[in-house]
Amino acid sequence: MDSTLIWTAIFVISTFGLYIGIAIWARAGSTDEFYVAGHDVHPVFNGMATAADWMSAASFLSMAGLIAFAGYDGSVFLMGWTGGYVLLALLLAPYLRKFGKFTVPDFVGDRYYSQAARIVAVICALFVSFTYIAGQMRGVGIAFSNFLHVPIEIGVIVGAIIVLFYAVLGGMRGITYTQVAQYCVLIFAFMVPAIFLSLQITGTPIPQLGFIGNAQDGTPLLQGLDTTLVDLGFQPYTDGSKSMLDVFAITLALMVGTAGLPHVIIRFFTVPKASDARRSAGWALIFIAILYTTAPAVAVFARSNFIDTVNESTYAADLAPEERPDDATPDWFYNWEETGLLGFTDLNGDGRIQYRADPAQNEVTTLDRDIFVLANPEIGNLPAWVIGLVVAGGLAAALSTAAGLLMVISSAVSHDLCKKVLLPNMSETQELMVARTAAVVAVLIAILAGIYPPGFVAAVVAFAFGLAAASFFPAIFLGIFWKRMNKQGAVAGMSIGLLTTGAYIIHFKIGFSPIVTGVVALVLALAGLVLFIGTREGGKGSLPVLIGSGVLGLVGLLGVTGLLPGLAPGAASDWFLGISPEGFGTVGMLLAFAVSIGVSLATPAPPQAVQDMVEEIRIPSVRAHPVHDGGGAD
Amino acid sequence: MSELKPGDGELHTPDHDVPENAAHAYWRENLTLMGILLAIWFTVSFGAGILFRDWLDQFAIGGAPLGFWFAQQGAIYVFVVLIFVYSALMGRLERKYNMSDDND
Repeated sequence: MDSTLIWTAIFVISTFGLYIGIAIWARAGSTDEFYVAGHDVHPVFNGMATAADWMSAASFLSMAGLIAFAGYDGSVFLMGWTGGYVLLALLLAPYLRKFGKFTVPDFVGDRYYSQAARIVAVICALFVSFTYIAGQMRGVGIAFSNFLHVPIEIGVIVGAIIVLFYAVLGGMRGITYTQVAQYCVLIFAFMVPAIFLSLQITGTPIPQLGFIGNAQDGTPLLQGLDTTLVDLGFQPYTDGSKSMLDVFAITLALMVGTAGLPHVIIRFFTVPKASDARRSAGWALIFIAILYTTAPAVAVFARSNFIDTVNESTYAADLAPEERPDDATPDWFYNWEETGLLGFTDLNGDGRIQYRADPAQNEVTTLDRDIFVLANPEIGNLPAWVIGLVVAGGLAAALSTAAGLLMVISSAVSHDLCKKVLLPNMSETQELMVARTAAVVAVLIAILAGIYPPGFVAAVVAFAFGLAAASFFPAIFLGIFWKRMNKQGAVAGMSIGLLTTGAYIIHFKIGFSPIVTGVVALVLALAGLVLFIGTREGGKGSLPVLIGSGVLGLVGLLGVTGLLPGLAPGAASDWFLGISPEGFGTVGMLLAFAVSIGVSLATPAPPQAVQDMVEEIRIPSVRAHPVHDGGGAD
Repeated sequence: MSELKPGDGELHTPDHDVPENAAHAYWRENLTLMGILLAIWFTVSFGAGILFRDWLDQFAIGGAPLGFWFAQQGAIYVFVVLIFVYSALMGRLERKYNMSDDND
């Protein structure tokens, strides 16, 4: 058995053991502990937990590779996924912490004194979180199958059981402290190969300096890469191919979406005070920035190094490593060819690898973007244990994000849906049991989604951020900064933002085939039914809502049985103002703001008690009179 | 670093009535501060990294064109600084209006 496999197994098993140990230590006994870790997490620890919560398998494994191929266009992810924390720290976190409840739908429901608004928020939170968690579970399965040679299904199930263990046992408390450990694992695993790569390519151990530094031959690294890429027929690295408006829209949608994502927001409910919420957002961003400023450096190193060592090299897979000539393709290339992530076809039969932009000449026929992080330890000639470390880091990134999402799903079902809408007379013990059951059910669904990934998982970035930007952010922001904002405005704004953004993304990413239309209609019908039950007063509900969901249900059934006409996915040339689905959240958000403000102005002002609550939230560090602060006091 | 126990948060939070004019003055100063910091936030990311990037690229920081550097590195550093500056200045503002929840 080779040493890489042994090291990988050692790292994976010992980190998993650590997570389980922490979970047993941090068991939750009350709803307060289960939902918000008892409001007693130190801001620096919360910062680390937020960073792990936030950085998913995609940030850890795929982002550097994505940037390596996209060059300047990759900036949308770097700015977009960090800039949102400024919005969060300044505009949302301290006020939501002062509000002092458990979940985002809690705030929406109370601020807009409306069950309908609460239910719309629950539906958004569930949809966003399920899309996101399916991707994480898939990532866990792939990591297992590539490195430990177990089938993807087993990998998904093992990962899910670990997450389930500490989420069900410890709730937010267990998740918080495992996320702190997971952050340490993932950042160490990301930085070690990056530092060695930087030393090897630029001679400085600090990747951020290597990024602006010179290659070993004395020319600036980026300039050299631009020239080489142009020679091979590619775009210069520092130039992008997206339009300026699209780059602007995607960056803004990702920033606002970050600030509106429920699994990020709830992390700031766990700190003791409003001032801690601000500070904690700063710490979170520092911990995130360590990885996010290193990733673009790794991207440049990896792309330069790939061209330098692979292009025009002599392919010598058949020779033993010690017999290979000096200009031979490096050893790691052959290793990764076996995994299928790299592929070489000798088109012109000269025995050398030609890497070109033109598909007719390019002989690197498969080049998976994840390779640039996964192969780094080998490219840097690092010992086998570093590879094991990177695998453990990737798993830590995926599991920590999955756990945070699981928490949102479980609290949305138990607290927002059951306790606040369907069964208000539930006791705390019952609520806790529903929360744990919901977590188990959510994990089972996530396992299925990880083994049989539905098509929409590929569009997770567009969906999660677009929908959060277009629904949650306007409702929360206006709820704090505009006292006149009322429930009609909130419900109309969230619904319009959600529906237009959702429809645009589905049309251009997936296409409204009969089955997609059917499933969407069924989901809407179910939402309408919950809305009908939840807003009933004295046994009488809103008849139009019931009829509407009935009709949608019928349409849904027609759709899934294939009786509806289908619509092919839209072409990029038809994009609205040239804005891609990833950037459409910005348009959806502006629309939601406009509709919210317009409808609010046309309808009566919110009750005085709500306006007083807003006044009170705006002094985040003072409790003017004793208020409900967690602990089932509401 | 003192260890925090459940309920400590509530003890740190001052519990008194804030005069209405003080609350308004505090909120106005907070909004001004937010406005300034968000203007910087916009300038370094959407400004330097996107809208004026081509112009900035004639300058360089080390071996990187300046606009490109802002989009991939500089903006992120400024974001971190902005949050800590806001946190510190809000702490000062809250002490000024006797609203601080920090007792250190």
